Amino acid sequence: MTTGHYREKVIESLLYLSGVTAVIILFLICIFLFKDGLALFQKYPLVEFLTGTKWYPTSEPHQFGLLPLLFGSMIVTFGAIVLSVPLGIVVAIYISELAGAKEAEVLKPLIEILAGIPSVVYGFFGLVVLVPLLQNTFDLPTGQNALAGSIMLGIMALPTIISISEDAISSVPRAIKEGSLALGSTEWQTINKVIIPAALSGISAAVMLGIGRAIGETMTVLMVTGNTAVIPGFPEGLFAPVRTMTATVALEMGEVPQGSEHFYALFAIGSVLFITTFITNIIAEYIKRKYRFNLGSGQ
Amino acid sequence: MTKKAQRDQKIAFTALRISAVLVAIIVVIILLQITINGYSILSIDFLTEMPRNRMTEGGIYPAILGTIYLIIGSMGVALPLGILAAIYLNEYAQPGRTKWIIEMAIINLAGTPSVVFGLFGLAMFVKYLGYGASLIASALTLALMALPIIIRASQEALITVPEEYRYASLALGVTKWQTIRQVVLPPAIPGMITGTILAVGRVAGETAPILLTGAAYFLPRLPDSIYSQFMALPYHLYVIATAGTNIAQTRPIQYGTALVLLTIVLSFNMIAVMIRRHYRRKLRN
Repeated sequence: MTTGHYREKVIESLLYLSGVTAVIILFLICIFLFKDGLALFQKYPLVEFLTGTKWYPTSEPHQFGLLPLLFGSMIVTFGAIVLSVPLGIVVAIYISELAGAKEAEVLKPLIEILAGIPSVVYGFFGLVVLVPLLQNTFDLPTGQNALAGSIMLGIMALPTIISISEDAISSVPRAIKEGSLALGSTEWQTINKVIIPAALSGISAAVMLGIGRAIGETMTVLMVTGNTAVIPGFPEGLFAPVRTMTATVALEMGEVPQGSEHFYALFAIGSVLFITTFITNIIAEYIKRKYRFNLGSGQ
Repeated sequence: MTKKAQRDQKIAFTALRISAVLVAIIVVIILLQITINGYSILSIDFLTEMPRNRMTEGGIYPAILGTIYLIIGSMGVALPLGILAAIYLNEYAQPGRTKWIIEMAIINLAGTPSVVFGLFGLAMFVKYLGYGASLIASALTLALMALPIIIRASQEALITVPEEYRYASLALGVTKWQTIRQVVLPPAIPGMITGTILAVGRVAGETAPILLTGAAYFLPRLPDSIYSQFMALPYHLYVIATAGTNIAQTRPIQYGTALVLLTIVLSFNMIAVMIRRHYRRKLRN
């Protein structure tokens, strides 16, 4: 054993420690989040939290019903996905199948810019441009509503959906495409009937990731959705103010005394958010891996 | 090829093109709206003065400074850690359960909402470790968010280094770590820089995590230690755009703040893209 060998071992252990940091952090997030989240249920019943329809954190007695916030998040996310998925997939098809080199060189940086804009800037833009526009167009009492949140989140989810769908589409083997063309199909028939079905699982991974992004987005929805904690109707609830889980945490955490029931209730919401995005991440990753495998064996 | 098929194709391709143009227009409108309205207020004074008169006048100097502190603090932690983690994953870890768990953890960290990181930072750094609402609590929280970005980019950079380099060096009797340091790392550095710059852009724009861990609405003084509260650009924009008595009157300051923030974030992104393009081209030749 030389000193050199000893040094190698030390370095390897150090690198190993850095490597597992990500696991440790994730583990710590679980512990700290769930510890304070579960503290709520020592005084407030879990069932009432999960099924309660009223979020009145400061009234006496307190009511910490998750449902208005959960449905608030769901309706905004639903709207965002409905708007961004078709548009995102279509743009991905355009970039990978139709656009010339020059067009792609303009479009791709623009989409990267879209990915780079901070959420608070999106929120600000939504507030000063989109909100008044919606209010005037639909003649609403306020333009700060679920639809405004959906539109802004839809725009923000576009880069994720476009780039992953594009990967999926361009990884469809050329042989399949050329086979279809050789049989006399038009280019569009090939895209529509061959390429899209082959890329579908990759595209669905993009949709899952888009959902995860939209559920977790905070500042934008906080600034444009109006933040009223009532269970939204569907679909008319799109035109009413809603409050999401993320916005609730960001809005109320500044005002609650640490260690109060309200404080723990916000951590309980955080835990719900964490579990939700954890599941969507895992599903997206699973789909991605599975479809990679399928393509591998098909070649 | 039937006539109908040809007509369908024409319609479909037109629709595709319109969608692509629509997305491009959205990006341009957002950029123009902020740039045109924010440009008029930009001046040296706006960038170097303290806010005055309840933030309805004056500049945004403390917010710019706070954002710079956050970038330095979070990168100081995340950069070495991220690069070392990537080296472990690429050069040392054998395919198997450990590596799989680490990679799943990284994927989940990348997908965890920013407000959840904020809650964690509040529980761990502010409360448990007793840092209080402070610069260091926020910087550490942001470091955790930047970590997955840096690890991924560094891994991608390490993968592009040809295996032959490693074999050649090892065959000469050089130890593994020396090989990594002197042979593998140098060609991977541009890729790692790219990842870091992307992470900086992300850190500079995050609001929810710092809102929960230390950013202040308004401070009359600049932060004097890592345990001080601080102002930062994204939170400042949020505050002046949504709270206060005279939101309409301070609109120009809001646009100005948005423009400064956007410029910082996008220039980091642009630099990253340019470095990446430069080295990809070089790699191909």
